[in-house]
Amino acid sequence: MTGPLLQGIRSVLRDLRAGELRVLVAAVCVAVASMTAVGFFTDRVGQAVAMRSAEVLAADLVVRSNRPIPGDYLDQAGEAGLATATGTSFPSVVVAGERTALADIEAVSEAYPLRGSVRTSATPYGEARPEGGIPATGEAWADPKLLARLDILPGSVIGVGALKLTVTRVLDYRPDQGWSFVDLAPTLLINEGDVPATGLIQPGSRVSYRQMFAGPRQALEAFRGVVEPRLGVSERIRDLQDAGPEIRRALERAQRFLGLAALVAVLLGAIAVAMAAARYARRQIDPVALMKAFGARQTYLLQMACAQLVTIALISGALGIGLGYLAQAGLSWLLADIAGGRLPAPGLRPMAAGLVLALVVLAGFALPSVMAIRRVPPLRVLRRDITAPPPSVWLVFGAAVATVLGLMLWQVGDLGLTGWLALGVAGLALALTGAATLLLWLAGRVRGSAGASWRYALAGLARRRSDSIVQVVAFGLGIMVLLLLAVVRGDLLGEWRASLPESAPNRFLINIQPDELTEVEAFFAGRDADANLMPLVRARLTHIEGRSVEGMEFASDRAGRLANREANLSWASGLQEDNRLTEGVWWTDPPAPGQVSVEEDFARDLGIALGDRLEFDVAGETFAATVTSLRSVQWDSFRPNFFMLFSPGTLEAFPRTHIGSLHVGRDDGSLLLELIRLFPSITVIDIDAMLGQVRRVMDQAAMAVQYVFLFSLAAGVAVLFAVVESGRNERMFESALLRALGARRRQILAGALIEFALLGVLAGLVAAGGAQVCGAIMAERVFGLDYAADPMLWLIGGATGLLLVAGTGLLATRSVVSQPPVTVLRRF
Amino acid sequence: MSEVNGRDTVLASRGLTKEVSSPEGPLTIVSGVDLEVRRGESVAVVGESGAGKSTLLALLAGLDLPSAGEAWLDGIDLTTLDEDGRAELRARRVGFVFQSFHLVPSLTAVENVMLPLELAGDRGAREAAGAVLDRVGLARRLHHYPRQLSGGERQRVAIARAFVGQPLILFADEPTGNLDAVTGKRIADLLFSLNAEQGATLILVTHDQSLASRCDRVVRLDEGRVA
Ligand SMILES: Nc1ncnc2c1ncn2[C@@H]1O[C@H](COP(=O)(O)OP(=O)(O)OP(=O)(O)O)[C@@H](O)[C@H]1O
Ligand SMILES: [Mg+2]
Repeated sequence: MTGPLLQGIRSVLRDLRAGELRVLVAAVCVAVASMTAVGFFTDRVGQAVAMRSAEVLAADLVVRSNRPIPGDYLDQAGEAGLATATGTSFPSVVVAGERTALADIEAVSEAYPLRGSVRTSATPYGEARPEGGIPATGEAWADPKLLARLDILPGSVIGVGALKLTVTRVLDYRPDQGWSFVDLAPTLLINEGDVPATGLIQPGSRVSYRQMFAGPRQALEAFRGVVEPRLGVSERIRDLQDAGPEIRRALERAQRFLGLAALVAVLLGAIAVAMAAARYARRQIDPVALMKAFGARQTYLLQMACAQLVTIALISGALGIGLGYLAQAGLSWLLADIAGGRLPAPGLRPMAAGLVLALVVLAGFALPSVMAIRRVPPLRVLRRDITAPPPSVWLVFGAAVATVLGLMLWQVGDLGLTGWLALGVAGLALALTGAATLLLWLAGRVRGSAGASWRYALAGLARRRSDSIVQVVAFGLGIMVLLLLAVVRGDLLGEWRASLPESAPNRFLINIQPDELTEVEAFFAGRDADANLMPLVRARLTHIEGRSVEGMEFASDRAGRLANREANLSWASGLQEDNRLTEGVWWTDPPAPGQVSVEEDFARDLGIALGDRLEFDVAGETFAATVTSLRSVQWDSFRPNFFMLFSPGTLEAFPRTHIGSLHVGRDDGSLLLELIRLFPSITVIDIDAMLGQVRRVMDQAAMAVQYVFLFSLAAGVAVLFAVVESGRNERMFESALLRALGARRRQILAGALIEFALLGVLAGLVAAGGAQVCGAIMAERVFGLDYAADPMLWLIGGATGLLLVAGTGLLATRSVVSQPPVTVLRRF
Repeated sequence: MSEVNGRDTVLASRGLTKEVSSPEGPLTIVSGVDLEVRRGESVAVVGESGAGKSTLLALLAGLDLPSAGEAWLDGIDLTTLDEDGRAELRARRVGFVFQSFHLVPSLTAVENVMLPLELAGDRGAREAAGAVLDRVGLARRLHHYPRQLSGGERQRVAIARAFVGQPLILFADEPTGNLDAVTGKRIADLLFSLNAEQGATLILVTHDQSLASRCDRVVRLDEGRVA
């Protein structure tokens, strides 16, 4: 039993010393390193990004109530190592001299905000800076709208109940300011210590209390588990999952970009392992034939092969994990700024995952070849030209693809992304095989009339026919994933950011009364501004296909909440720019009333299908409409959007207001002041902060993707070397022989250059096609973005293939031609 | 130098020495070999296994560089040329036959034979190659790959390849070592008759006494020295 195992281990150690295993070890190493580092990456950076979006709550977790919340939670959180803060908010009239205005008083405790920071400026709409703390007692920071209504500037003294406060700064932004339709009054931020002195909190007054918590995820989850069952009737818990759809969508996309980059690195690493493993298996043919001739049995050989693979997996896996750890360190350093040094240390899990990966990849890619070794005829000892029945290329690839698919799902857990990438890879492998076969056929036809270097190159391609095909496929796959990543990194990330241009709306206008509409429209038309005004009718959805919504069971809590709250309805004659029809047809012109177009996720959550009849209640009056289309909505466009949009003529009879959105430049503050002065009932909501958050998520995703891109690049280089290395022995022998016959270095290099250049250009062109198709499908299906194919990609693909493959090939061939021919010839 | 570089001298060496490092320290495998071979002469190099015959051949053909001493091929000092210079010299003036044939497996018989001419930039390589293959009796095997040929046939292709460029000097390292007696004799006959036809100089390494005796001169090596 120990015989074959020991022998296997010894042969691996011998090969290692002789440098025969370097490419295989390097390939496994890169795959494992990208996996561990990327696992860390998606996980930990995902957390960092989540922390960013936690700013929406100013904390990771918030408990709200309209009654004072007992201190137990705070104690509990303190014990669990969570940071805490408290806040109290209530509406109150603020007095300044003769003038008064209604304000939302936000009183907060010392540690506020636990996530993000408050920004203030010295003058209304002036340059803002982040604040380190909260207003001191006796001081207040006021929203510029409040200052406008009171007609005062910072430095003035205001009255809040019985208390006099000095306004020291203008409040530009606080993380949890929100922008819901009910957030009407401008904010006055004060110190919680001042609240009793106002004397405003009496039994029966409208006060909202909240406790905020932040800390490591496990601690938070545990805390939530303890607190949730004990919540009082009036107490509500909120965390990131409840953040608005804009941030959530941005986060989802960010995670997908990262997932894709990770998949690419692992996939490339796997291809490199496959190539290197095949070469390794080929090199075992002679010793195995010899051992067979001496009487070794099949099981003995198999056990020995397994021992070899496990030894290689352990050694290269350990190296890869070490490398992955280094990469993690680099990553933490790189992201220290963004994550604020809060990235938790990686645990043991990535280590285990790395080792498992090494074993799985080696087994998946090397075992089929190694099994084939067992069938090596002992006769090979006598006649060198009898090779093992070639390990069926398809068996190897089948095993490889199955392994990679499993890994991808395990790593990213995103079926759509994995599926499309896998389909793309499979389709491309087929296309590459076809193209390579065609090329080799063509090469065979022109070979007779070609010069020596060309003949030598073409003959090399043709003889290593199945090898050449596998090489084209491997090169092509490598180049395709790299191009795809470039597409994603450049075009898709660009597309994503372009979906949120500098000129994206950053102010929402609500509460525009129907009788003001024409004047408001004239106001904006006169100032050359577009306010995207849309009507808004508040209604309750009562029945779906005749069934009452009230008693309905929904798939998720979110769906239940959506169904049971008052919905915002609107109408439009045309489809908005940032909407896309996914099912059904848009109404024709002139539109028949009684039709509704429903946002697809909303429809899915509530179980609404095309053709369903929906019934609504508007302040006691009812009406119905038929679902004639479903839409997808790009929520992060920051334009007014609606779950349910009706055909004109359906809603006009009901009481309504209008809402709008517009972009206001830094210097256009006066436009809004003027608007508020002219139409005091209109509420302007500033969503600059929200936009900033989405942009920051995008920037972080872009940076993370680029970092992971480095791993993919390393993996791509490993593929190139593995492919070139796989033909190294033949090349070495042939070039030594040619030089004995009088070939100059230049001639041999020219032959190799031609061979690799042909392979590279072919692989590059097919890869460019594959990358475009895959990119377009992924853009549409996975990322929900528009992607216009870039014709430059053909050029880039062909050139990349040419340069990369020819360059690597030349490099490998140089080392082969630099030795005196006799040294090489002696070996054969 | 003049005495070794006379008109008729095509191959010469003085103090030719090759040292390699081994686990037991430096090892001299060819030691101080002085040699002079005239045009058209045939020389057999004999000696025990491990005596350094193949190494000497490689040094004389410029396939390897000596640790000390000099070698001239057609009057040109090999030690003054770089790798490419030596290759170019071989392309025009040298033919090889190896014990294990060493055909390029990806090329057909005729393509293998064409190689030396193409590498030297000659035109009409295909016709010349066809003619030589015809001469060695392989006219019907032109488009076969090496793996489709028997050992004897492969060596005939190798001989055709060696003679196609009408080399000045032919180096043969145990050309019959891998063949049975009958085939070996045929190959040897072919070698000598082609050599006679072209008037080439032949350096033949062999264990075979009868083969050695067919040469004009026999050089015996013993532990790297000319005995
Ligand atoms: N690169 C090298 N490193 C170490 N030893 C070498 C090297 N090349 C040759 N030798 C040794 O030099 C000696 C001569 O080798 P060579 O191949 O020239 O012998 P040979 O006379 O051709 O023998 P044979 O008749 O068996 O072919 C041998 O003992 C061999 O082991
Ligand atoms: Mg020898």
